[in-house]
Amino acid sequence: MTYIAKPKFHHPGLKKNELGYTHRDYEGKISTLCAGCGHDSITASIIEACYELSIEPHRVAKISGIGCSSKTPDYFLGNSHGFNSVHGRMPSVLTGANLANRDLIYLGVSGDGDSASIGFGQFAHSIRRGVNMTYIVENNGVYGLTKGQFSATADRGSKSKKGVTNTDNAIDLVAIALQLGATFVARSFSGDKTQLVPLIAAAIRHKGASFIDVISPCIAFNNHAGSTKSFDYVREHNDAVNRLDVLVGRDPISVDYAPGTVQVVEQHDGSRLALRKLDADYDPHDRLGAMTFLQKHAAKGQIVTGLLYVDPDAEDLHTHLDTVETPLNTLDEKALCPGSAVLDKINASLR
Amino acid sequence: MSVQSPISSVNDFVVRFANVNGSGSASANELFARSILRHGVPVSPRNIFPSNIQGLPTWYEVRVTEAGHLGARGGVDMMVAMNPQTWDKDVASIEPGGYLFYDSTKPMPSSKFREDITVIGVPLTAITNSTYTDPRQRQLFKNIIYLGALCALLDMDPKLVEQLIGEQYKGKEKLLSSNVHALHLGRDWALQNLKCPIGLRVKKTDKVGDRIFLEGNSAAALGAVYGGATVCAWYPITPSSSVAEAFTSHCKKYRHDPETGKAKYAIVQGEDELASIGIVIGASWNGARAFTATSGPGISLMTEFIGLSYFAEIPAVIMNIQRAGPSTGMPTRTQQCDVIACAYASHGDTKHVLLFPEDPAEAFEFAAAAFDLAERLQTTIFLMLDLDIGMNHRLCRPLKWDDARQYDRGKVMTAEMLEEGRDFGRYLDVDGDGIPYRTYPGTHPTKGSYFTRGTSRDRYARYSEEGAVYADNMQRLVRKFETAQDMVPRPLQANAAKPTKYGVIYFGSTSPAMDEAIGILEARGHQLDRLRIRAFPFHSSVASFIADHDFVYVVEQNRDAQLRQLIVNENGIDPVRLVPILHYDGTPITARFIANAIGDHQDHLKVTPLRKAVS
Repeated sequence: MTYIAKPKFHHPGLKKNELGYTHRDYEGKISTLCAGCGHDSITASIIEACYELSIEPHRVAKISGIGCSSKTPDYFLGNSHGFNSVHGRMPSVLTGANLANRDLIYLGVSGDGDSASIGFGQFAHSIRRGVNMTYIVENNGVYGLTKGQFSATADRGSKSKKGVTNTDNAIDLVAIALQLGATFVARSFSGDKTQLVPLIAAAIRHKGASFIDVISPCIAFNNHAGSTKSFDYVREHNDAVNRLDVLVGRDPISVDYAPGTVQVVEQHDGSRLALRKLDADYDPHDRLGAMTFLQKHAAKGQIVTGLLYVDPDAEDLHTHLDTVETPLNTLDEKALCPGSAVLDKINASLR
Repeated sequence: MSVQSPISSVNDFVVRFANVNGSGSASANELFARSILRHGVPVSPRNIFPSNIQGLPTWYEVRVTEAGHLGARGGVDMMVAMNPQTWDKDVASIEPGGYLFYDSTKPMPSSKFREDITVIGVPLTAITNSTYTDPRQRQLFKNIIYLGALCALLDMDPKLVEQLIGEQYKGKEKLLSSNVHALHLGRDWALQNLKCPIGLRVKKTDKVGDRIFLEGNSAAALGAVYGGATVCAWYPITPSSSVAEAFTSHCKKYRHDPETGKAKYAIVQGEDELASIGIVIGASWNGARAFTATSGPGISLMTEFIGLSYFAEIPAVIMNIQRAGPSTGMPTRTQQCDVIACAYASHGDTKHVLLFPEDPAEAFEFAAAAFDLAERLQTTIFLMLDLDIGMNHRLCRPLKWDDARQYDRGKVMTAEMLEEGRDFGRYLDVDGDGIPYRTYPGTHPTKGSYFTRGTSRDRYARYSEEGAVYADNMQRLVRKFETAQDMVPRPLQANAAKPTKYGVIYFGSTSPAMDEAIGILEARGHQLDRLRIRAFPFHSSVASFIADHDFVYVVEQNRDAQLRQLIVNENGIDPVRLVPILHYDGTPITARFIANAIGDHQDHLKVTPLRKAVS
C-alpha cells in the first residue's frame, strides 16, 4: 500500500544538517516491500547520504522503471518529484529530464530485471552518453514481483528458491559500466551501510555518469542456500577494495588513517573523496586495472565492493552538447523564437 | 499502330527522370524543377525511389503546371531515360504522343522504342567522355549536360538556369564555371543537332507569385524551432530522418547564444525509438518542449510510452512521417496508413490528438501549434505528415509568424501559486475542462511535489486501485479529449457551385489532388461539397457535414479506410453513408484517380433502376 504516508510527528531534538533539515525531511512514504528487504536498506542509505550532503530535497528528481526496486523512490525524499516510468526505460526518461533542467540532481533507481534485461540497452546508452546522474541498481538477481524467476544478473550455477539451477551466464553491470565509460563506478552491499552511504554521497557529487551496483538480497525469493545474492553469501564473499569519506567544501581531510592508506580524489565541484584503501595495490583511477581486478576476483567467487573507478575530470552530456548554462525549460519565446524578420528571410531563400 | 501526333503543350506537362541511385542526378533534376519555377511556372516535383542506397533505380518526376495543380497527375509526357535497368518500364509509361529522351552514344535496337512517341537521342556519354577525364566528373556533368539539352528542347531560358547555378555555387567560382560550361555543352549540342524546341515548352509567366518551395519535413522542423522545442530525440528511419536533420540545421543557424555561442537546444540520436520517446517524455515532464520524429514502425515501438504519456498526462510531440505499412511495408512509398494506429496507440482505452497538415506551410504552422497543444492538454500530439509531403518540395504560401505570439505553457502551478495556498492535486479537474495543473520538478521545497506513474492513482497522484477512483480518472480523460475538440484546427469546408446532396471528406496530402479532381468532376457534371479534416478529435462540424448530405465520399490513401473507420467509431455514423475512395499502392493519389472513382460512382447513381424503368 504505497499510499500510506508516514506520521508527521517526530522527536523535537532531531539533529539538523547545514540547511536545517532533519532526517525526516528526506524520508518518503512507508515502504510496502517485504520486511528485511535489502532495498529498504538502500533507501535508508540514500536518505542518509542526502541528509549528510545537505541537499535540498526538492532539488532532486528521482526516476525509476518498474519492479520492487523501482517502487523505492516513493519511500525517500517525499518532497521531491518522482517518476515511476515503464519497465527498463528509466534511463531515457532521466536523460530527457536532465536535458530539460541541468540544475537538478538526478537519481535513477533501477533493478537487475529492469537494467540487465529489458533496459540493458538504455542502461548502456545513458552511461556512454555521460548523463549526469546517480544510477543505482538494486541488484537481487531475481524477479521478486513475479515471484522468483532468475534475472540476468543471477550467477551461473546459483539456485532459485524452487531448487532450479541457473544455466545462463550472468551479466555483470559493473564490468559493463566500466567498459562503457562510466566515470564513477562502484559496487556495494545493502547490508554494508558504512560503505554504501558515502558511495552514494560521492556519486551524487560526481559530475557525470555515476553507477552503483548494490547487491540487495531478496528476502522472499533469493536468500537461501545456493543463492549467490543472499545476505550470508555476500557477507562471506565480499572483498572491499576501499572505504570512502566524502568531504564537501570546508571540511579538512581526515588524517585519522595511517600515511599511505588514504588517497584523496578532488572533484571539480570542490568535493574531495578520501579513500581508505584496504587493498594496497588498488588504484581507482585505472579503468583497465579495475576491469582486470574485477574479473580476477569474480573468477575466485569474490564480490569486489567499494569505489572501483572514478574520473575526477569527467564531462557530462550537457558538456558534449555544449548547451547553455540556463536550464532549457526556462527559456522563453524571446530566447527561442527567431521571429518574423528571420522567417521573411527564410521565405526569400526558398523562392 | 495508329499515327500519333506529338503532344503539344505549353507549361502543362510531366517530365520524369529515370536515374540510377547514386549517380548524382538528384541535384541536376532539382535544378530543372527550380529553373521552371524561375520562369514563373508552378511545378510539383516528386521523388520516387525504392528502398536502397546505391545502384538501383530512382525517379524524379516534375509536373509543370501553369494551372497550379500540385497533386500528382499520373502519366508521363517526357521520359528522360537514364537507367538501362528500367528502360522497358520507363518507355512503356510514356503517354501516347509523348517524348523519350535518352543517351544515344550506343545504338539501340528499334524494338526498344515505340512508334507512337518521339525519340530524342543525345550522345551524352560521348560528349561527356570527350570533355572530361575524371570518372566522377564524367558521372556528375553528364547530368548537367542533359539538363542543358532539355533547356534547348523545352525552350527554357538558360540565363535563369545559370542564375540558379550561381546561387548554388556562390563563392565557389570553379564549380560555378564548370557547371555552366556543362550546361552549355548540352544546350549547344541540342540546338545544333536537334529540332528545338519540341511540342512541350516552358514559357515565362507569373503564376508562382510569392509562394515558396520547400519540403514538408524541413517546414515541420522549422515549426518546431519557432514553436520553442528545445529537446529533440530521434532515431533514423525513412521517411522521417530529414525532420531531425533539418531541425539540427535550423538550430545551428538560429539557436545559439550570441554571447557564449552555446546551444539553446539539445538533440540526441537515441539508440532506438523507445529511448527517443522516453527522452521526449522525460524532458516534457521536466518542463521543456520536446519532440521526436519517426514513421510507422517507430510508432509501433513507441506505443508503450505513448500510453504512459496519455495516462500520466505528460506532453509529447511526435511527428509521424507516414510510409506504406504494415511492418516494414514499403519504406520509401507514401500512404496515410497510421491513422488508427496513432489515434488509439497503446493498450487500454486511449485516444490521441492527431493533426493533418496538407502542405509544408501547414506543416510549419501545425508543428508550432503542436507544442502549445501538448502543453495545454498535457498529452501526446501527433503531427501526421507522410512521405509525399515530407520528402518532396512543394509550392506553398509563405511561412508566417506573429511576433506577439506567446507560447501556451498550459496549466503549470508555480511556487507563488503554491505559496498562496492553492490546492494542488496533480489530477484535480479544477476548471471542469478535464485538464489538471502540474508542477515542474524543483518548484517548491515543501509543496507541489508528486509522484508520476503509469499505474492508477487518485486526484492527488496517490497510488490507488479503487475502481471508482480509476473510473473517475478515465472519465476526466474523456472530458479532456472533448476539450481538445475546440482547440485543434477546425475542418475547412468548401461548397460546390450548385447545391448538392453529395459531399467528400479528405485530409492531408490528398488535398492538391482533390482540388484538381473537383474541377474534373464538375466538368463531368458532378457537384460535390468538400470538407478537409485537419485534426482528430473531430469537430462537431464533421458530423453536421455528413448529416447534411445523402452520402459522403471519404478519400484516403490506405486500404482499410482508416479515417472512415474513425469517423464511424467516434461519431456513431451509419457506415453506409460514407463511401470509401481508397488509393494505397504507395504512389501519391492523383486527381485522375479520385475523379474516376467518384465520377464512376456518381454516374451509376444516374442509372434508372430497372424496376422503375419497366413499371
